[in-house]
Amino acid sequence: MQTDISHTQSSWMSRHKLEIAPFIFLIPALFFFFIYVVIPILQSLQLSLYAWNGLYDGNGQSTSTFIGLENYRTLWVDPNFWISIKNNILWLFLYMLSVPVGLMIAIFLNQTVTGIRIYKSLFFFPFVISQVVVGLIFGWFYNPDFGIVAKVWQFFFCEETINFIGNKTVKCARPVPDILSSADYATYGIIFAGLWPQVAYCVILYLTGLNNVAADQIEAGRLDGAKGWKMLWYVVLPQLRPATFIAVAVTVIGALRSFDMIAIMTQGGPYGMTNVLSHYMYEVAISEYGERYGYGSAVATVLFAIMMVFISYFLWRMYQDERRGA
Amino acid sequence: MFPRPIERASKTSRVAYQSFLPFALFLWLLPLLAIFLTSMRGSKDINTGNVFGWPTEFKLIENYYTVFAQTEAVKYLINSFLITMPSVVISVSLACLAGYALAIYRFRLALPLFFVFVAGNFVPFQILMIPVRDLSVQTGLYDTIAGQFLFHAAFQTGFCTLFMRNFITALPFDLIESARVEGVAEWRIFWYIIVPLVRPAIAALAVLIFTFVWNDFFWANVLTQGEQVKPITAGVRALNGQFISNWHLVSAASLLAAVPPVVMFFLMQRHFIAGLTLGAVK
Amino acid sequence: MTNTLKMKIGTFAATTMFAASAFAGDLVITFDDLNPDPKQAFEEAVAAFEAANPDINVTVNNGDREAHKSAIRNFLSANPPDVTSWYPGNRMGPFVDAGLFEPIDDLWAENNLNEDMAAVKPTMSRNGKTWGVPYSYYQWGVYYRKDIYDKLGLSEPKTWGELLSNCDALKGVGVTPFTIGTKYLWTAAGVFDYLNLRTNGYDVHNALTDGKIKYTDDRIRATFANWEEMLDRCSFIDNHASMDWQGGVAAFANGDAGMYVMGNFAVGAMRDAGLTNDQIDFFQFPEITPGLPMAEEAPADAFFIPSGAKNKEDAKKFLAFVAQADIQSKWNSAIGQLPPNSKATVGDDKFLQEGFAVVSSAAGLAQFYDRDAPAAMASEGMKGFQEFMLDPSKLDAILERLDQVQAEVYK
Repeated sequence: MQTDISHTQSSWMSRHKLEIAPFIFLIPALFFFFIYVVIPILQSLQLSLYAWNGLYDGNGQSTSTFIGLENYRTLWVDPNFWISIKNNILWLFLYMLSVPVGLMIAIFLNQTVTGIRIYKSLFFFPFVISQVVVGLIFGWFYNPDFGIVAKVWQFFFCEETINFIGNKTVKCARPVPDILSSADYATYGIIFAGLWPQVAYCVILYLTGLNNVAADQIEAGRLDGAKGWKMLWYVVLPQLRPATFIAVAVTVIGALRSFDMIAIMTQGGPYGMTNVLSHYMYEVAISEYGERYGYGSAVATVLFAIMMVFISYFLWRMYQDERRGA
Repeated sequence: MFPRPIERASKTSRVAYQSFLPFALFLWLLPLLAIFLTSMRGSKDINTGNVFGWPTEFKLIENYYTVFAQTEAVKYLINSFLITMPSVVISVSLACLAGYALAIYRFRLALPLFFVFVAGNFVPFQILMIPVRDLSVQTGLYDTIAGQFLFHAAFQTGFCTLFMRNFITALPFDLIESARVEGVAEWRIFWYIIVPLVRPAIAALAVLIFTFVWNDFFWANVLTQGEQVKPITAGVRALNGQFISNWHLVSAASLLAAVPPVVMFFLMQRHFIAGLTLGAVK
Repeated sequence: MTNTLKMKIGTFAATTMFAASAFAGDLVITFDDLNPDPKQAFEEAVAAFEAANPDINVTVNNGDREAHKSAIRNFLSANPPDVTSWYPGNRMGPFVDAGLFEPIDDLWAENNLNEDMAAVKPTMSRNGKTWGVPYSYYQWGVYYRKDIYDKLGLSEPKTWGELLSNCDALKGVGVTPFTIGTKYLWTAAGVFDYLNLRTNGYDVHNALTDGKIKYTDDRIRATFANWEEMLDRCSFIDNHASMDWQGGVAAFANGDAGMYVMGNFAVGAMRDAGLTNDQIDFFQFPEITPGLPMAEEAPADAFFIPSGAKNKEDAKKFLAFVAQADIQSKWNSAIGQLPPNSKATVGDDKFLQEGFAVVSSAAGLAQFYDRDAPAAMASEGMKGFQEFMLDPSKLDAILERLDQVQAEVYK
């Protein structure tokens, strides 16, 4: 591809311009990316072999001490670690529901009645809002005193009475379920909240995908007598494969990275039962009772390793697409 | 088109569908509507436990006024803009350059570097947390606006490069080839040919990155300490602490935090969707 | 004008400016209470300081308490203020050990604090030096609805048995004996501390938080046995795990709960919720093991000087200022807490008077579980306390896990 300029005075630069040009374009981005992403990853991996409370002493020396794989040994017997892993697995599987649910809603919305464009936009809303706000909203919903869940429950099981001192109070035959304080159900409550924006994202993906399903294939299918589920499974879904790939990838990454909602809704509680690796790392390293940067880095390394398995798979699929396409 | 177009179905199905739509939307957006109602509530309702019922008094203006007057909400909003805008500009610009390089030139490192950008965008924040925070502290960028947008710009470059590279790959290569044959310098090809062609992609990315950075919570907590440079997402949490049990005020503040991305979304919907679908369309 | 003259004028101007700035000190103070009363009291104290020292220019950073707790870990080494608020005891340990605080033994000696603040001095000392100046501390105990007690004809319990029978009476009329809000776990630790102090005494409690005795020790198990009895006969309100302590006040204010194991700062919230002084009263946590000297929880808040501070001289002036008896009297009166300076006067409020009496005659002053125990132990311990409150059957597993954590943390 080299345009050869046969000139006795052509510089090395102009002869090799097509080789070095890409790097000149790449250097700014690579520079930023390396400093803020690649090198920190390596530094965290290294830090996981140390014990450090994050402080520098008066001389600017870090107060860290090298302890080899000790952090990992501690992690292995730490019940909080295993609770976090279990919750991460729950998140991974339950979050995957957003893909089929998103598809169903997209199919539901894929009509051309008047105003459908507004409906479609409004369905996307939850994705645009910060997860912090979503977490706050659902936290209030689950509140056992005034939340919507509580009000519905109280309607069935509670009655208003006057207490001993003469004030109005509510007495319940069965106590209102306190979802976010229940060791068993809190995680499900948070995941349910998280599904709201995630489903919205899948809806967007599938609506776009459905727009680009080849109309002639649909017609051909209809002529063959396919309808409903058969049509969906044999004709439409295969054409939605790129959308599904992205939906699954983003959902998996989102499930494993999930932090904001747990931080806002339960702070990992009750007594650590809703913790996930991302939040546990934060708790161990920089929350109020944290200060264990080495240990936190070990947790982060485990999370990173788990995610790298998935990332590698996605990269592999992309690589195969590249090769087939190229 | 799939599913069977509703116009072709019976009249009853059509009517049923058209009346079910608003109901479905109502259910879907119920949480948002509830919060909006709550932000209009007066404190009397809150004190009597009426947080989600129909408000007895409407104090929309007063609540928002209280949020603006008694808290740092204005400062948080300004900070959010100050952090988000440069992040968008820097990451999209860097990505145009990098995406161009990775799409147009054939060299051995092209695909591996591309994968570095993709993988880097998917890593969990926690693996970056301590070193990035430490770096900010050491370089004096801790608890500054610049410290935050420099990180966001760098991190989002991964996603943007992925997007740009795929977009540019889909452009007709003969444009570039003919320009090269005519002896046009590489950077001119980039600036005068490619950049105008990727304008839709730039728009899409700008909207998306705006949303991602605006809504970020984790790094707002990790990279700031005082109230001076906090963006609105972390600010809402602080307001939640300041206004304990004043749900109407916290709702108002939360909605404030949500407004700019929503406005951005409505104005630039097409671009937003184009950005998110990222090649879901072949 | 000749060059030399210009130069001379320039130098003169520069030195004057330099001299002027050497007189006008800039003092940066970082504080961490945004609640209305404490914020105002602090600002008034700063204003008084500025009035007494017109040449010092004070800049104040007042942030959210929770955010401050993580922020301090960074700002002590990067761009520290001249004065910062923080907690003594084990909480100041990591910073003292890393050399990030400035020792101020000289300040204590010069201002006679070794005598005036003798009771709190041990908490402010570490590694043989003294590190900060406490500006406030407050008592913990049991706050109760006097009107409900009176209506039932109950009196303040002095012994465990009396407390339990009071609880029975409250339950009999549908009032939940205790309220609490354990969403932020430290409130449960307050209950644990008192139960342990009353079951086993100050020395055993300190040995536990120092890592010298195990959680599975029989004496600690006795504490938990008493807690279980309390959960049974003196139950706590439902759903406390999703409430913060202010949420716990709501039940107390409404008359759905009768008692609250709390610090004195809660009184302000109780008054805001509509209760009057006639409806609230305070009693010292009752005796459990007969004859055991009664120690109290009295956590102190203090100011420290970072070792990297730019203006240590004025910082010391500020610390000396807030150590003064009259400043402490005024400040603590406004926030309803107690002055560590024994020469200060205690506010004319019945809670402060009673609290002061209790604290002055205490056999020892504990600083609260999350300040007496190192952070990693405290976080696991408090999680364990909340778990126990929600499910006492898990006791063995909890205690064994705490032993495991203790072994690792106190290495």
